[in-house]
Amino acid sequence: MTSLPDRPAGAKKLGLVIDLDTCVGCQACATNCKEWNASGHSAPLPDFKPYSAGAEGVWFNRVHSYEAGEGEQGRTVHFPRSCLHCETPACVTVCPTGASYKRAEDGIVLVNAETCIGCGLCAWACPYGAREMDEDSGVMKKCTLCIDRIYNETIPEAQRQPACVITCPTRARHFGDLGDPDSAVSQLVARRGGQDLMPELGYGPVNKYLQPRERSSALTEAKPVEDAPTPMDIPNPLLRWMDRVLSR
Amino acid sequence: MNPAPSIVFFTTASGAGYGLLFWLGVLRPLGWGGGAASSLGATAVVLALALVTAGLLSSLAHLGNPQRAWRALSQWRSSWLSREGVAAVLTYPPALLFLLALWFGWPAVAAVAGPLAAAGAAATIYCTAMIYASIKPVRQWRHPLVVPGYFAMAAFSGAALLAALAAGWDAGRLLPVPAALAALGGLAAIGLKFAYWRAVDAGMPGPTRESATGLGAIGRVRPLDPPHTEQNYLLREMGFRVARKHAARLRQIALWAGFAAPAVLALLALAGAPAAPLLSLGALLALLGVLVERWLMFAEATHTVMLYYR
Amino acid sequence: MPEAPTPSHAFATPTPNDDPQVQYSPPVGDAVKTTTCYMCACRCGIKVHLKDGRVRYIEGNPDHPVNRGVLCGKGSAGIMTQYSPARLQAPLLRVGERGSGEFKEISWAEALDTATGWLRRVRETDPKRLAFFTGRDQSQSLTGFWAAQFGTPNFAAHGGFCSVNMAAGGLYSIGGSFWEFGEPDWDRTRLFLMFGVAEDHDSNPVKLGLSKLKERGAKFVSVNPVRTGYSAIADEWVGIRPGTDGLLVLALVHELLRADRVDLDFLARYTNATWLIVRDPGGADDGLAARDEAGKPLAWDRERGAVDAALPDLSPVLAGEFTLPDGRRVRPVFHLMAERYLGAEYAPEAVAERCGVPAERIRRLAAEIAAVAFEQPVVVEQPWTDTYGRGHERMVGRPVSFHAMRGISAHSNGFHTCRALHLLQMLLGAVDTPGSWRYKSPFPRPIPPAPGPAGKGAKPNTPLAGNILSFPHGPDDLLVDEAGGPLRIDKAFSWEAPLGLHGMMHTVIGNAGAGDPYPIDTLFMFMANMAWNSAMNPGETTRVLTEKRADGEYVIPHVIYSDAYFSETVPYADLILPDTTYLERWDCISILDRPIGSPHGAGDAIRQPVIKPDRDVRPFQDVLIELGARLGLPAFVREDGSPRYKDYPDYITNHERMPGVGPLAGFRGADGSKKGAGEPNPDQLKRYVENGCFWRDHLPPEQGFFKYANKDYLEQSKAMGLMGKSEQIVLQIWSEPLQKFRLAAEGHGAVQPPDRLRERVRTYCDPLPFWYAPLEHGGQDLAHFPISAVTQRPMAHYHSWGSMNAWLRQIHGSNRLYMARSKAREMGLGEDDWVWVESRAGRLKCQLRLMEGVNPDTVWTWNAIGKRAGTWGLTEDSPESTKGFLLNHVISEWLPAQEGFRQANSDPVTGQAAWYDLRVRIERALPEEAGLTDPHPAALRAPPHMPERPAVLRYNANARAGGEARP
Repeated sequence: MTSLPDRPAGAKKLGLVIDLDTCVGCQACATNCKEWNASGHSAPLPDFKPYSAGAEGVWFNRVHSYEAGEGEQGRTVHFPRSCLHCETPACVTVCPTGASYKRAEDGIVLVNAETCIGCGLCAWACPYGAREMDEDSGVMKKCTLCIDRIYNETIPEAQRQPACVITCPTRARHFGDLGDPDSAVSQLVARRGGQDLMPELGYGPVNKYLQPRERSSALTEAKPVEDAPTPMDIPNPLLRWMDRVLSR
Repeated sequence: MNPAPSIVFFTTASGAGYGLLFWLGVLRPLGWGGGAASSLGATAVVLALALVTAGLLSSLAHLGNPQRAWRALSQWRSSWLSREGVAAVLTYPPALLFLLALWFGWPAVAAVAGPLAAAGAAATIYCTAMIYASIKPVRQWRHPLVVPGYFAMAAFSGAALLAALAAGWDAGRLLPVPAALAALGGLAAIGLKFAYWRAVDAGMPGPTRESATGLGAIGRVRPLDPPHTEQNYLLREMGFRVARKHAARLRQIALWAGFAAPAVLALLALAGAPAAPLLSLGALLALLGVLVERWLMFAEATHTVMLYYR
Repeated sequence: MPEAPTPSHAFATPTPNDDPQVQYSPPVGDAVKTTTCYMCACRCGIKVHLKDGRVRYIEGNPDHPVNRGVLCGKGSAGIMTQYSPARLQAPLLRVGERGSGEFKEISWAEALDTATGWLRRVRETDPKRLAFFTGRDQSQSLTGFWAAQFGTPNFAAHGGFCSVNMAAGGLYSIGGSFWEFGEPDWDRTRLFLMFGVAEDHDSNPVKLGLSKLKERGAKFVSVNPVRTGYSAIADEWVGIRPGTDGLLVLALVHELLRADRVDLDFLARYTNATWLIVRDPGGADDGLAARDEAGKPLAWDRERGAVDAALPDLSPVLAGEFTLPDGRRVRPVFHLMAERYLGAEYAPEAVAERCGVPAERIRRLAAEIAAVAFEQPVVVEQPWTDTYGRGHERMVGRPVSFHAMRGISAHSNGFHTCRALHLLQMLLGAVDTPGSWRYKSPFPRPIPPAPGPAGKGAKPNTPLAGNILSFPHGPDDLLVDEAGGPLRIDKAFSWEAPLGLHGMMHTVIGNAGAGDPYPIDTLFMFMANMAWNSAMNPGETTRVLTEKRADGEYVIPHVIYSDAYFSETVPYADLILPDTTYLERWDCISILDRPIGSPHGAGDAIRQPVIKPDRDVRPFQDVLIELGARLGLPAFVREDGSPRYKDYPDYITNHERMPGVGPLAGFRGADGSKKGAGEPNPDQLKRYVENGCFWRDHLPPEQGFFKYANKDYLEQSKAMGLMGKSEQIVLQIWSEPLQKFRLAAEGHGAVQPPDRLRERVRTYCDPLPFWYAPLEHGGQDLAHFPISAVTQRPMAHYHSWGSMNAWLRQIHGSNRLYMARSKAREMGLGEDDWVWVESRAGRLKCQLRLMEGVNPDTVWTWNAIGKRAGTWGLTEDSPESTKGFLLNHVISEWLPAQEGFRQANSDPVTGQAAWYDLRVRIERALPEEAGLTDPHPAALRAPPHMPERPAVLRYNANARAGGEARP
């Protein structure tokens, strides 16, 4: 089972496209994920010492913030981090029990909570920190891409998206089939030059990140009106308005 | 990476046990340790299996659901951890047979079971080493000297144990071979770890904060705020950090007290000094050295996930 | 509001055989109910999925006009606010000393008897001795009405320490304001400038709007000392020094005037730029608009001279000095305005250093604004009719829009800064046009809205007529006594804060403690954490709350407090009336108060209870209505003295403020077919629930823009009861009410300020916006306190509402002081250092974090993460109290010492609390001082019978009820 499924080129690759140019770091994706999944496929997502020092819990989505570059020229970037549902996920192949698996039908990486022994090796093997140990029940948990939402026939069709996507107030998260070059998400990735994280490790992450766009210093080529008369140049700059003919 | 005591103890103890089993399994068919000393072999195998078993049991303590550990034997096609489990399990029958052969004096059986057990021990050590060496996100574990290092540690600590045991049998007549192996093992351990640490200290290519976030095009990337203000599993598991000064001291302890001292003690014993106390001390120091080395193996390892954190 | 983008296509469900581990279509819950979120003040529509009576999932309501289906980090964590162990369990009566936390549980009957007893005595003797202040309350149309019925002028909500500058600056300039009363035309704007906005209002609509801008490639400029949140995604970040925004804005005005890049047609048509202002220095009419016999303002017509400024065929002259037939000399507003801002003090070079923004950048911004406004007009092909009755073929707009909030508002110069921003909008012709900032219905309102505030002549057992929080038009409307002293306990609407529209909650406890202007008997508060993060200087506030007179009685004899959670204020009250959570109550986001209107039409909303309380708690509004009936407040009892309203839903449905006008505007009339005005509809709430708990009007397209002069719009508004008259609303560059206060200060008129305040009133009640250094900076040695210190609200916490939430407190469990890396290097400070932050008012200890994106002369932190030990259902070792800190501890509620009197640390016009004027110095703490924040007041004791705190929280609504998953 932990051998990767044979997936032909063009097979469905469900995943997320995260727009770092638009994310304001509001944590909506993180908490909406938490509330959906707390009672969802991998329920519960326990929190330890929830009301005292050292509170920590299982979260499938965590939003960091970074600064890139120096001083006023730099950027502050909010950076949501979750499972990237890699094409060659070592978290799956290192699993000794077969609990971790990559689905042949859509590429989603899941953990079978019934057979996971909680060895933690998959967390070591994941470069992105996507694995979340439930130390209460001793099994590994992770982003399911809301598998109990995206195909859920009891949910209106437009809402069949991962919780983090449907709730994102700046629409910085997009969900779709990245295996289909014609899909909206693939086109978005192509248009904006979506990137892999840590491509040098060769995991083939399916989720893509859209980098902050180049900021031109000015939207227009507007130049200050240097040659306009200044108060210092003419004794009464108001004169120019005295004879202006206006009507309603 | 977090040097979890259960894992550090497991790899140290089972490494030494497999080293001991390996040497005995190889040496006994070659004629070493026969005759009056046959009880030495049996004792050594018992010790080896005790260490291996204690180590394996300790590793179960690391699991969230140890009662399901049997499932870990299923994925040997892809998982080094599964292979390690399978190898460990497969090593038991020849090792036990070897023990019986030594105990009841069946040299022909021992000649077959010994090498098989030795092969099993070597295979298990290799699988263990490969668990680490295959973890791409930990650059210190991906180094080519990691697997030789695991072999060297097992061989060295196994030989030191065997030498210490040998000192107590047959008036030390059997001592030279394992003592020499221990001395060589010590030297090999020094050489390997020295080279490894030098390589690690020199810096190794790998992902950066810039490639982990993809923000490198803008400039240098610095974490501003973490997702949560307290700890989490990943930070406790991957975020362990050891002070450079502290690590340097431990390295010196491992190199000199853990590897060099047992080698010197073995040489002294070979030169005729009182063998039993020297080699017993040597074996203890060797185990300590490997324990420290193994602790450092985790403590000094950095995981790419920490690139996302401060 | 833009419509939400259509989500991508759904995928066919794989057959279950493919993966037996996965249950693809589990029902989300067994019931779903709509209501309105209250995890902050944004009022998003939510759908609450329930399973066995517990909350399974809260999602944004896709049909709701505010949030269009999205939901922020706070709203999505509502489950943990609902099940927090900090929830109060039953009414409490104090049995130990104040602050000891010794309470006994009492019945509601006893609680209401006690409250009624205290309140009745006050009402029978001197009703103003009740100070009734509510915090983050969304039911001010009820609470304000109740206070007026009680007969005390001492009522307000939290606006005085939140954003009254924004409201007042807008309502006195353009008849609307940012956030609740307007928003950028997200679909058409090409250049959007945001001033001083962190996460504050209006959370999800701003986020949705920003994503629209990104999608369309419009430019977004953020002016903010800190580059986080929204500023992080701005195309341009202007890291200004706190408190200098007004200077920057007026420098932009200077540049636009200098380059003659202003929309004169717009100014002539829609503003009072044409009005003639009397020039009579020293005279009683100086600075007032010259008016004809009918009281109509005059303008100078090119042909006819002084004529009614409202003539449709006016050909106005905007500059020059003229003499009226009666001999008075006059100048047009435009002339006076241009003269001022062309002055050298507003030149970019003159302001650059103070603002921390280079002069050439200011010039470039001005040029860019002008280029977008005047060279890229947005045209909507939609005919419309103006108030002159003239038809226009299309709507042409200036696609430059603005939004501003707390960073502008919370300064003592914030009112004029807001006015300056609105002036800039007017000069650009960018008010309610396509692509610019737009009013949300029912705004615009007349400028200023009528009438003045109620509160004069409070008498025993007598209601006050009118609204307590209303709009002074001049000195006659102030609430002052003959000596010019304040009538209100907080001194709002006095000479200290003539436009104190939202009251000044931050001064109530201090004033009551000092008996200035008079002592009070009962302090009644709702949802206001005045013993901690809502107070400037919480240490002083708690000192006053526990102070006793010589006779052993507390200086404030009775404190009644209603809240749902164990906040820092609970132990300082005598009687606790525990409120429900937002998911357990009816509520009304009323058209009479702060509705959810949009540029597309008016709207309002309700909350409905979606789960039953599991504690002995009652919705505060129900309690208030019952107290009203028990006290016999006329509007709350029938003729026979029996209660008029059964509960809050009954009040919402049947209360009429004026005939046909009630708390909700939708589904009125017996059959629910009327909007705005109409007789009560017994099924109104049912109709709201059926409609997703909101109602929304849809303006026809011809009413969409130019609402201040849009004939159809104004007539329709009047017909719906939203407005008293349908005349053009002339935008006010020159503010006459302010000039009237100034004239009083100069000795004119019957109502006179006390002498000590004359100069202050004269200076700050300027009819044109101006910039001055924050007042706090005046009385102290700025070289000793060289750094500005401000707070921002994080996106995942709403003030104090986050720490009792098990999920949100993991995101922000403690806070750091953020400092520019360059400044730290200069000062020899490093990452994680513990430092002392000292101001003129005190000092605190906290831990540093360095960053690039902050003005180098500014430090900042997240607001209200620090908590007092023992509160909010947390253990005493929680990081909120050990590492978290409040900047409030070093903010003084008073301005630097003055001779013989004290003045609130507030805007001199509106009384807005000047949180962000703070200046500090920073020094490294000694090594042995590291590790614990300071001040670290003693832990507060929890009330009896608070719920257990689980060691592990395994919330799972799908676990069988009663199973281990129950938190």
